[in-house]
Amino acid sequence: MIKIKTFKRGGIHPDDKKLTKEVPIEEFPIPDKVYIPLTQNLGAPPEPIVKKGDFVKTGQLIAEAKSFVSANVHSSVTGIVEKIDEHIDVSGYRKLTIIINAEKTDNWVEDIDTSNNIVREIKIKNKSEIINKIREKGIVGMGGATFPTHVKLSIPEGKKCDYLIINGVECEPYLTSDHRLMLEKGEEILIGAKILMLALDVNTCYIGIENNKPDAINHLLELSKNYEGIIIQPLKLKYPQGAEKQLIYAITGREVPSGGLPIDVGCIVQNVGTTYAVYEAVQKNKPLIYRIVTVSGEGFIGKNFLVRIGTPIKLLINSVIGDQNYNFTSIISGGPMMGKALISTEVPVTKGTSGILLFKDYKEQKLYPCIKCAKCVMVCPMGLMPSLLEKLIANERIEEAHKNNVLDCIECGCCEYTCPSFRPLLEYIRLGKNKVLQMLKSKKN
Amino acid sequence: MEKLVISSSPHIHDNLDVPKIMWGVVIALIPAFLVSIYFFGLKALILTLTSVISCVIFEYLINKYLFKSNTITIYDGSAVVTGLLLAFNVPSSLPLWQIIIGSLVAIGIGKMTFGGLGKNPFNPALVARVFLLISFPVDMTTWPKPEPLSTKLTDFITGPTALGIYKEGILNNEKVSHIMTKVPSYTEMFLGKIGGSLGEVSAIAILIGAAFMFIRRIITLHIPFSYIITVIIFSGIFWLINPERYIDPLFHVLSGGLLLGAFFMATDMVTSPMTPKGQIIFGIGCGLLTVIIRNWGSYPEGVSFAILIMNAFTPLINKYVKTKKFGSI
Repeated sequence: MIKIKTFKRGGIHPDDKKLTKEVPIEEFPIPDKVYIPLTQNLGAPPEPIVKKGDFVKTGQLIAEAKSFVSANVHSSVTGIVEKIDEHIDVSGYRKLTIIINAEKTDNWVEDIDTSNNIVREIKIKNKSEIINKIREKGIVGMGGATFPTHVKLSIPEGKKCDYLIINGVECEPYLTSDHRLMLEKGEEILIGAKILMLALDVNTCYIGIENNKPDAINHLLELSKNYEGIIIQPLKLKYPQGAEKQLIYAITGREVPSGGLPIDVGCIVQNVGTTYAVYEAVQKNKPLIYRIVTVSGEGFIGKNFLVRIGTPIKLLINSVIGDQNYNFTSIISGGPMMGKALISTEVPVTKGTSGILLFKDYKEQKLYPCIKCAKCVMVCPMGLMPSLLEKLIANERIEEAHKNNVLDCIECGCCEYTCPSFRPLLEYIRLGKNKVLQMLKSKKN
Repeated sequence: MEKLVISSSPHIHDNLDVPKIMWGVVIALIPAFLVSIYFFGLKALILTLTSVISCVIFEYLINKYLFKSNTITIYDGSAVVTGLLLAFNVPSSLPLWQIIIGSLVAIGIGKMTFGGLGKNPFNPALVARVFLLISFPVDMTTWPKPEPLSTKLTDFITGPTALGIYKEGILNNEKVSHIMTKVPSYTEMFLGKIGGSLGEVSAIAILIGAAFMFIRRIITLHIPFSYIITVIIFSGIFWLINPERYIDPLFHVLSGGLLLGAFFMATDMVTSPMTPKGQIIFGIGCGLLTVIIRNWGSYPEGVSFAILIMNAFTPLINKYVKTKKFGSI
């Protein structure tokens, strides 16, 4: 029996609601039009290299990263560029977007392998060539943070990576995209992990999976017998088990220092979706042009779709709830704990969209005064005191909020989830983080 | 297309809210309430209802006429909890007009003066209890003897509490072995067939309520455990040194208001520290003060004073005892 590991401090146990865990991934049809935003990664947006009226093939580079912390963008369809214009994205703002009128069938760029065969022999063995390939194919962290993967893999001088950790935790309620991917593309993920191990020059890779997914754990355990150095690590069901620092602590017992990065304790964490994308990039020469999206929510089961980047989410919503009389009151992109509420159904699916969740019957919660119950303190996985931070920030005591480590907050939402007074703790903390950063900036100048 | 609701994450919420916590405490107090009705009869029922109703009415009136506020806070259940705890901390024979004054002190001075729920530094029920003890010392220390299912409203047969017998014996230089012949047995203390404040007598009823609160995540065990363990260790040390002068730890645990205080009063969220470490310090402080007052003070019982004094230290504890942040190496 394998030991089930977990992080120790704080955490909550929301109902996991994995309604779509039995639903196989379904390929979503090519939409008539795709909206491909250029703001799909953390860092600088890439610059478009196509113009209105150009014909583009599926997988063709359409926007090029001009700086290191940026990611290329490729066309997810074959068609004519209708225009490059501003269009609403996940943030709710209008951002520069390449809009392509799609044809019904794909005309792939020639050097892409579109077969379904599993390519086991790793095609690129050289470290920097792997990283270059990942950079060329526009891969970003697909757990939601969308940090460019090649940047994460480029280990700074003087640091050494001991462990690669693949994040298959998926601790957010409702989301099952990583779960389905591990079940249906398990071997590809293991090959992707092997490629990442080569790129990082490490001998040990852990795949962390929460133990509400026994089928995925067993499937990968079976497959991993043929892949030396890959260890499947079941983790206790507790949110936020998949948060980077908590995951590293659970698996290795190492604490990422405050303000530091995982590499400071010799770890690199990659999501399973990213690992699969790495496999596709290196073995099949395929850029990141689609991803798995869970469409689910309150009161219906939902589906797991393989969706082209740029597909408007209204098409996904319509195909799931169809003609049902379902009056949703909010749409969340991502999980219910950390996802963003969307202001429009016109928003397209991007590289970081792990789920689209619908909620109905929104009720405004009655706010009570803080009763100092300390539940927020007990659940904070970072050891902060959210109720104190709320008061300090509400009273503009930014210096003190900084001293009380507001910048260490990972915004997991445990405090606000558990607060019996429904205090907007995380909202104040986000505001406080911004104000502290502004303060530090103005001090520097 | 209807308008979409925009809110910041998290978008889901635990279903425990303030009213559920407060009503949960009320439910947890029901076993002790039933025991008090059994042993002290109809008077206990009337006294408790008077206390609860007057607390709620005072909170309503203050909301409406002093705060001139549109939000009436009586539905959150906190006034009911205060009313119940106040009644549980007085003898069942207390005149009704006194408990009404007590309710006014608890809600008016103890709670609403500071701005209402969440803002009071001291436990309101204990503020009122100590106010009554100082103002009406005779009525507050006249303890009816338990008479199962009595319907009497006056003319109670009274007697001292176990702690009162101990204190008086010590003051008269009696030996503990002699005192022990006069106090009720531990079984009677455990079940509640002893004189005392109406909610504190039965250890078993309080423990059932405490277990309920723990399961419903209303309390954590840091404060009650550190409190009770400190009492056991601290009183135990003196008992081992001189068993003829100091009474044994089990007597300290079962005889007076310790269990009620430890599980229901010291755990009051508003007036206790916010970190686990701070809560343990708070519990230890309560434990030391309780034993000191009981063994050497002039009052036989020290639980309410101990908790009130530690309430005063809570802001200081909160200021200096903070959690250790993740990644601070």
